[in-house]
Amino acid sequence: MRVFMLGWEFPPYISGGLGTACYGLTKAMDDLGVNISFVIPKPMEDNQQSHVKMLSPLQCKTLNKEGKAVQEIESIEDLKHTTFHGIPSLLKPYESPEFYQQKIESIIRQRTAQYIHDAGGKTALDEWLHLTSNTPAASLMEGHYGGDMYSEVHRYAAAAVRLAIQEDFDVIHAHDWMTYPAGIAVAAISGKPLVVHVHSTEFDRSGENVNQMIYDIEKRGMHAATKIIAVSYLTRNIIMSRYGILGEKVEVVYNGVEQNGNNRMAFNKVGIRSDEKIVLFLGRITMQKGPEYFLMAARKVIEEIDNVKFVMAGTGDMMHRVIEMAAQMGIGHKVLFTGFLHGEDVQKVYQMADMYVMPSVSEPFGIAPLEALNYDVPVLISKQSGVAEVLTHVLKVDFWDVNEMANKIIAVLKYPPLQLTLREHGNFEVRRLRWSGAAEKCLRIYQEMMQHV
Amino acid sequence: MPSVCFYFQVHQPFRLRHYTVFDHTPRYFDEFKNASICRKVANKCYLPSNRLLLDTIRRYEGRFKVAFSITGVIMEQFQKYCPEVMSTFDALAQTGCVEFLAETYYHSLSFLYSHDEFIEQVNKHRELISRLYGQQPRVFRNTELIYNNALAETIEKTGWFDAIITEGADHVLGYRNSNFVYRPPNCQRLKLLLKNYSLSDDIAFRFSNRGWAEYPLMADKFAQWINRVNGNGQCVNLFMDYETFGEHQWEDTGIFDFMYHLPEELLKHPDNNFMTPGELAETYESVDTVDIPHIISWADTERDLSAWLGNAMQSNALHEIYKIEKLIKQTRNEELIADWRRMQTSDHFYYMCTKYFADGDVHKYFNPYESPYDSYINFMNVLSNLRERCNQSFLKNERPLGKTS
Repeated sequence: MRVFMLGWEFPPYISGGLGTACYGLTKAMDDLGVNISFVIPKPMEDNQQSHVKMLSPLQCKTLNKEGKAVQEIESIEDLKHTTFHGIPSLLKPYESPEFYQQKIESIIRQRTAQYIHDAGGKTALDEWLHLTSNTPAASLMEGHYGGDMYSEVHRYAAAAVRLAIQEDFDVIHAHDWMTYPAGIAVAAISGKPLVVHVHSTEFDRSGENVNQMIYDIEKRGMHAATKIIAVSYLTRNIIMSRYGILGEKVEVVYNGVEQNGNNRMAFNKVGIRSDEKIVLFLGRITMQKGPEYFLMAARKVIEEIDNVKFVMAGTGDMMHRVIEMAAQMGIGHKVLFTGFLHGEDVQKVYQMADMYVMPSVSEPFGIAPLEALNYDVPVLISKQSGVAEVLTHVLKVDFWDVNEMANKIIAVLKYPPLQLTLREHGNFEVRRLRWSGAAEKCLRIYQEMMQHV
Repeated sequence: MPSVCFYFQVHQPFRLRHYTVFDHTPRYFDEFKNASICRKVANKCYLPSNRLLLDTIRRYEGRFKVAFSITGVIMEQFQKYCPEVMSTFDALAQTGCVEFLAETYYHSLSFLYSHDEFIEQVNKHRELISRLYGQQPRVFRNTELIYNNALAETIEKTGWFDAIITEGADHVLGYRNSNFVYRPPNCQRLKLLLKNYSLSDDIAFRFSNRGWAEYPLMADKFAQWINRVNGNGQCVNLFMDYETFGEHQWEDTGIFDFMYHLPEELLKHPDNNFMTPGELAETYESVDTVDIPHIISWADTERDLSAWLGNAMQSNALHEIYKIEKLIKQTRNEELIADWRRMQTSDHFYYMCTKYFADGDVHKYFNPYESPYDSYINFMNVLSNLRERCNQSFLKNERPLGKTS
């Protein structure tokens, strides 16, 4: 089985569950002996150029001599059957259309400056610009969307097609909407079946204020796909009701988590007394994740117990609003913001937490609770999350019910036997949710698809 | 021989209402839920089953007999929510063919935690039975048939009882079977009656199971199984929840028809008869001593305490509620004591069981909680309010005392 996978950069160099899911699934499929051509957007700015290389030991082999705007990267140590291909692109999950507008404008300014002082030598930026001006996608766009996210997505698709022509594969597997156009295009030229993997939908990210362009891309991807993989039944329902897809086309494959050592090491708690309890929020600080419900619950908890701190790890478009909100509530001294955490810091923050709370308004799956359980941290999740379908030994609450949320947080902090039981059973339960299970299910879906083709 | 002995357990707890840490009203029980469950089960089970038994008893003119153990907490609920059930039990009592057993009034685990509280609750239940039905119970059954030698000794010491009931668990019986009257060690006159769990469960659990090789179970077939005991047993003890009839096994499974025809089929054999537990103890000599040093119960396949005491939350909740016994009793506040005792009902701890939670199992029966964790949190919040009320009650009482002295 050979898979052309349109995925995303692996952690720890990317935020959020998408990269984590791509890594987990790819690694597990690789272990099953599946050959994967893994295609990722490769950042172009100098300060982030090391992105892919940091995954090293990998060596980059530039193939742009004949104007091919792709880079082939040899495989990562533990992935024996996977080859990586980076396509220079601005695409990043979790960014708004405005971000691209600004980004592209700044690149063009930079380019103009560079043009003047140009010292020669092709960079990733050149490749990107090359793509911008010469791809069929760019010409198709008739200039309307010249420098925005939409054209970026299509530029990416065009580059993916060029890459796909040189590759040999049985199925195409595209992760989340930005890669759907690439998936559709590759499927069209190769005639191979397409799987789109829905890690989240526009309705999860934006509530009812959906971006029409993104919705259209998602819908087109889902309709063009031979099979759709949803990360939960919650997401499957959205796909069926909001995108008009028949249920038989949508399979649910739950995410997993890698087992890592959970020895609780001593950690220097800056700004937190050792007798203080820590309640952790870890995720993007954005509408979808419900940070304001976390704060509202925090205020109620603080009214009842004193020795507690609330740690909010992550960044996002609501960061400033949430900081202000904490101040207005008069609980600023009890809420700590860590900003975006990398690798080891994530581990540390889990290890120091007495409890993890995920108050998401709409969470297609939610890998973070699994990670918390892996670190023996009791978990409270919103019922509006896909992961609530698979976890039983966690506390659950409606995201809007801040009273109940506070009630449960207090109970965990107040009653050690509750913590103990949650930890014991939770850690045991999470061990059953391995990526290997997800990979096997994906493989079965591929095989079924190929029989029908 | 054998004597067929039916005993039905009748019980529903006072379920707690949703109670957060922010609640401070001293009302703990979910009146609406308890009333609706009580009425629902009354209509599906208690009323039709009582009617059936009453008919059968009249039809056989004294040859058909049964026994009940009705907890104090469900009696209180009958009085409150469906008094008509009370009158049908009255009618049954008046036939003279129904024996009422004694247990802890609150269906509690008090034997494990407090001797005094246990005796008080048993006594309270005896008084209730004697007041309502004019009977002095002669046979004792502990909550969920929880039992060990020490319980038998305690029960004998009260001098109130002739016999005690527990599960006929294989691991305590060994080569013996439950179809004889036994005695506990270190007891002079107390007899031990053991549940025939295999034949009991054929009715209580397997009756409607289409995957079961014996499905469908008919009265004549069941009677033949009992006839087989002839010559090798004194009694067949069929002990089960009363909710088996109409609730666990719905009416359309034919469970009522089965019960209607069973006496006829059983009495076809001249050696068979029906006896109540008290009559068994009176009629039969004990054949052997059964030594049960470790606690057993009738729950799950483990037949142990793990359904109520299997995790840290359960043991903590139980420990905490019995820890305040002295404090509660010192208040002499009847309402407080009643609330505290209603919270001792074993079901509250059963809801906290994590054993089969992930599989979504039997523990779900009328369980008001989504998870064992929710149940523990709720219970502890109520308990903490109860403790607060205790302390307040002392503050209130101290002032007038100070003035008079």
